[in-house]
Amino acid sequence: MASLVAKDAGKAAAQPGLGNVAFIAALIVAAVAIFGVTRSIGNSYAFFAAYVVVQYIVLGTAWNILGGYTGYVNFGITAFFAIGAYSSVVLYKLAPWLPLPVMVAVGGVFAALVGLGTGYLTLRLRGVFFSIATLALAVVVQTLITNWDFVGGARGAYVLRPRLAPLIGGDYIQYLYLLMLGLGVIVLATARAIERSALGYGFAAIRDDEAAAEASGVPTLRLKLIATALSGGFMGMAGAPLPYYVTYLDPSSGFSLNYAVNAIAMPLIGGTSNWVGPIIGAVVVGGLQQYISVTISSAINVLITGLLLVIFVILAPQGIVGLFLRKKR
Amino acid sequence: MDASAGLLINAVVSGLLLGGFYAAVSIGVAISFGMLDIVNIAHPAFILLGCYVAFIGNTVFGIDPILATVITLPAFYVLGMLAYQVYYVAFERRDDQSLRGLSFFFGILFIAEVGLGLVFGVDYRSVQAWYTEGNLNLGVVDLPWRLLVPFLVGMVMVAALQVFLSRTFIGRAIQAVAQDQQALRLMAANPARIKRIAFGLSFATAALAGAAMIIIQPVEPSIGREYIGRIFAICVLGGLGSFPGMVIAAVTLGIVESLTSTFFGPSWAPAVAFGVLLLTLAVRPSGILGR
Repeated sequence: MASLVAKDAGKAAAQPGLGNVAFIAALIVAAVAIFGVTRSIGNSYAFFAAYVVVQYIVLGTAWNILGGYTGYVNFGITAFFAIGAYSSVVLYKLAPWLPLPVMVAVGGVFAALVGLGTGYLTLRLRGVFFSIATLALAVVVQTLITNWDFVGGARGAYVLRPRLAPLIGGDYIQYLYLLMLGLGVIVLATARAIERSALGYGFAAIRDDEAAAEASGVPTLRLKLIATALSGGFMGMAGAPLPYYVTYLDPSSGFSLNYAVNAIAMPLIGGTSNWVGPIIGAVVVGGLQQYISVTISSAINVLITGLLLVIFVILAPQGIVGLFLRKKR
Repeated sequence: MDASAGLLINAVVSGLLLGGFYAAVSIGVAISFGMLDIVNIAHPAFILLGCYVAFIGNTVFGIDPILATVITLPAFYVLGMLAYQVYYVAFERRDDQSLRGLSFFFGILFIAEVGLGLVFGVDYRSVQAWYTEGNLNLGVVDLPWRLLVPFLVGMVMVAALQVFLSRTFIGRAIQAVAQDQQALRLMAANPARIKRIAFGLSFATAALAGAAMIIIQPVEPSIGREYIGRIFAICVLGGLGSFPGMVIAAVTLGIVESLTSTFFGPSWAPAVAFGVLLLTLAVRPSGILGR
């Protein structure tokens, strides 16, 4: 089912002239087709499994906007993801009538603001300081949430999932899945538009040689802040529907290191140079994980992700995309 | 008033002892990050490995936890040299330290955590020795042996490494790598060989730090993550590459954390390191004793 994403994405990539609007249209068609295929399987497990894979496409692409395009490594994925998730919990407690897409937007804004703040304090220094600060950010956001009784503190929070999906009918998970597919369309369209714009060339200049970029007049700090805010915002948006997906959210599951490892491993395994890589990584690794957690065990599957990450960064630094490109030449 | 003054003194003293322990967990990163410029965020995972070595030595073979890790020091040293060799071939030589080198260590951190969880389970483990209970009573304050011994371990490690780095030939070579690799290459010395030795040393400190950690608190595989922020906060605050700066920073963080958990509750303590780290990066990124 989800491998269709990669297939359609590959088609789009084969036509470099496709404009942004046409690309978005192609993505929407692909998303609708994928939704139709998932629905035709006719069992709700398919939705739960496919939701996870699409969520990782969003997370991986979001990470890649900063990591792959500018070369700055964000380890605080769980912080941004959980800010999105917990902002939904807060909104659910204050204004449960709000439609979910609004909650997603709010979660994204909060996460983007945190990204801006962290970036503003640390992005003027060498890249590693930003990475270390994001690692510590994940711990501090977790500490804050654990101590915040309103959202359940360490005990966790329950969210009642409506039984039926609005607009489309059927089980509510179908609505969550459709929403996540929509996010996928938005984040992929953004990532590809960045690649083809002056912004993307600025990012690439920073990645290749920041000092040279700065010297030739590229506003490096501003570009890095834009990338951090976009990347963090999309991670927050990916996390916002989580409380409805899991229905019970506590800090140790919301801040699970698995999210961080997957969001970093998938782009690096797929390839960081363009928007296709994170999709391939998410579909291959996410699909493998779904398969292994059903057939073997979920503890083994996270271990395998870590091993794949280490193997790929050592042996195939350009990821799966790089392996194919090399073959072509 | 009197009670709160006593509380304050006790919090400061236990913070001071905690600081000595923090120096023990940070000194490996002070070498790898501060001197070799290798951002080994997986260091806490190897400290945890040290914890479990101490745990096995103590519960299975019935020996002292510190002695157990001393015996395995050579193994940790070799493991560190191997890790550096992989890092050198895969990332340093390709000049790809920032994106993939960092992700490599992140992957190692994760693998170690999950692997330890699979082998030892997620229960808290602790060790037994004569110093895991009881106090050294000094009139006004009680010094728990449980804190005092890790403090001493940390101080001995710092002193020994400081002497090694400034008095021996290899130690001076390591300092030369830290100062100017290019110059070293021009002198026909191989920086990679010296860095391999230094990285091995950095791993060896993780074994002893692990013994200190499991003496101070019960250990489970995911607590290593809490220490990443602490360790890097200490190294950055201390000024990279400076041992005295690192010790001052470790003690400062220990005291601030101890005061925080005494007066605001222990669940807030992990946030302190992040505050210190952000403040340092924003105000004085070169640290208190930085170059």
